[in-house]
Amino acid sequence: MGMTMTQKILAAHAGVSQVSAGQLIEVDLDLVLGNDVTAPVAIREMEKMKIRKVFDRNKIALVPDHFTPNKDIKSAQNCKYMREFAINQDITNYFEIGEMGIEHALLPEKGLVVAGDVVIGADSHTCTYGALGAFSTGVGSTDMAAGMATGRAWFKVPAALRFILKGKPSNWVNGKDIILHIIGRIGVDGALYKSMEFIGDGIANLSMDDRFTIANMAIEAGAKNGIFPVDDITISYMKEHSDKAFTRYEADEDADYEQTYEIDLSAIKPTVAFPHLPENTHTIDQVGEIKIDQVVIGSCTNGRLSDLRTAAKVLEGRKIAKGMRLIIFPATQAIYLQAMEEGLIATFIKAGAVVSTPTCGPCLGGHMGVLAAGERAVATTNRNFVGRMGHVESEIYLASPAVAAASAVTGKISSPEELGL
Amino acid sequence: MKAYGTAHKYGDNVDTDVIIPARYLNTSDPKELASKCMIDIDKDFVNRVKPGDIMVANKNFGCGSSREHAPIALKASGIRCVIAETFARIFYRNAINIGLPIIECPDAAKEIESGDQVEVDFDKGIIYNHTKGTQYQGQAFPEFMQNIIKAEGLINYINNKA
Repeated sequence: MGMTMTQKILAAHAGVSQVSAGQLIEVDLDLVLGNDVTAPVAIREMEKMKIRKVFDRNKIALVPDHFTPNKDIKSAQNCKYMREFAINQDITNYFEIGEMGIEHALLPEKGLVVAGDVVIGADSHTCTYGALGAFSTGVGSTDMAAGMATGRAWFKVPAALRFILKGKPSNWVNGKDIILHIIGRIGVDGALYKSMEFIGDGIANLSMDDRFTIANMAIEAGAKNGIFPVDDITISYMKEHSDKAFTRYEADEDADYEQTYEIDLSAIKPTVAFPHLPENTHTIDQVGEIKIDQVVIGSCTNGRLSDLRTAAKVLEGRKIAKGMRLIIFPATQAIYLQAMEEGLIATFIKAGAVVSTPTCGPCLGGHMGVLAAGERAVATTNRNFVGRMGHVESEIYLASPAVAAASAVTGKISSPEELGL
Repeated sequence: MKAYGTAHKYGDNVDTDVIIPARYLNTSDPKELASKCMIDIDKDFVNRVKPGDIMVANKNFGCGSSREHAPIALKASGIRCVIAETFARIFYRNAINIGLPIIECPDAAKEIESGDQVEVDFDKGIIYNHTKGTQYQGQAFPEFMQNIIKAEGLINYINNKA
């Protein structure tokens, strides 16, 4: 029987010619990732192991991005612990603040993941790299420890859902609206344990940034991974960022999918996920009048250059609403610098925004923009559970950079079209 | 392997941000994490829970983050096992890896209520509700996963094999 794209990558890394859904396998890893919250737990677990050295110092990435620059003493201790491990184990890909970025924007930029790779990361949004045609999935710290020590991980081969993307997204609609639309349709457990495999002519109309955004939120539908085919756009991106050899896999014609969804990209409207689940979606015309206290633009979901350019287009020559707090996080130093050179940072500051160094910060209610009781935020982040960004009585509305920027100007959830754009 | 205790029942989509809020993730000390377990949806849980108790929930338990702090907090709070209709996949994996037994059983998840006295026989995969006088058949794990749970976690399992 035919295999899905995900199944083919797993089979190759398990050293077998065929795998089927439900089968338990052990695979060789190309990369193991951790951050300042999850790596300390993993390092402690690894100390309990008989294996004392990491399996390959070049195949591990450690990124201090969650509670950095060190947000308090405990976080500083965690970062120190991770840093010392990186030094002792001579880890090639440890990125100190000043060179790091938010991990899921940083790794593709640094060329650490390419098509055909198997990547595990102790962070749920590790599924982001599926945009590059890799199998990439989030795991916990113990799996990270075992992975760092042995270079292998066990998996149950996933079944798949197929999403056929057709057409071209309309003005102001991007990857965020597309994935929110899909999660709204299938629910937060609609893809539980499965691969979300994206195919179709519409993919050629999606930039790499769009694909990273879509793959990033596969976990919000409960998926094991999200994955895109490798086309000229992918190859061009990889050649620009990496000198690693890549392998292009394609699903078999007769691969089995539990369900197939057809998505007309041109019919998707700007979409907002209301509190307190990413599946609680409404299109922008159905939103009504919702006043907002804070807007966050950034994160591993939407902190890339095209996201900042979109936000700048909306904010150019405008000021945010009185009393509004707009916080913008370029996802990596390179993105920050490029945004500066294009004049985007000046646009943001002139509009009244706070511009921050790369950090996960407020996305998980860590620091740099936490919410008080009764406050409402529009965020280009990926989760809006109760208490996610601060007080349990605060509310988060997930949206695209275009909607977020427009909302910052009007003071309520808006689309750029309400500003005449 | 058995569990016997009082049930603490929750609904659908109990996510990792409520099991252990991110503001406590700068620590990984099990006792500290246990003291903040579930506080954003059930302030009283930390006072009510006794060692050996059982958590019961509906769909998609443990959804959200990959933070292992979530099953660590639950295990350290005294929870002996979690019964749910379905588990989110990263939580499922993490629970097995740290040796927190979990079992999927839609019927048990629907019918058990907070306060019920529940017993779980892991070898047979059977759940007994002694308060209601009912029993349910849970889904058995593949042998490989049973072995990890028996070894009390993935690290022990790997060490034993080495």
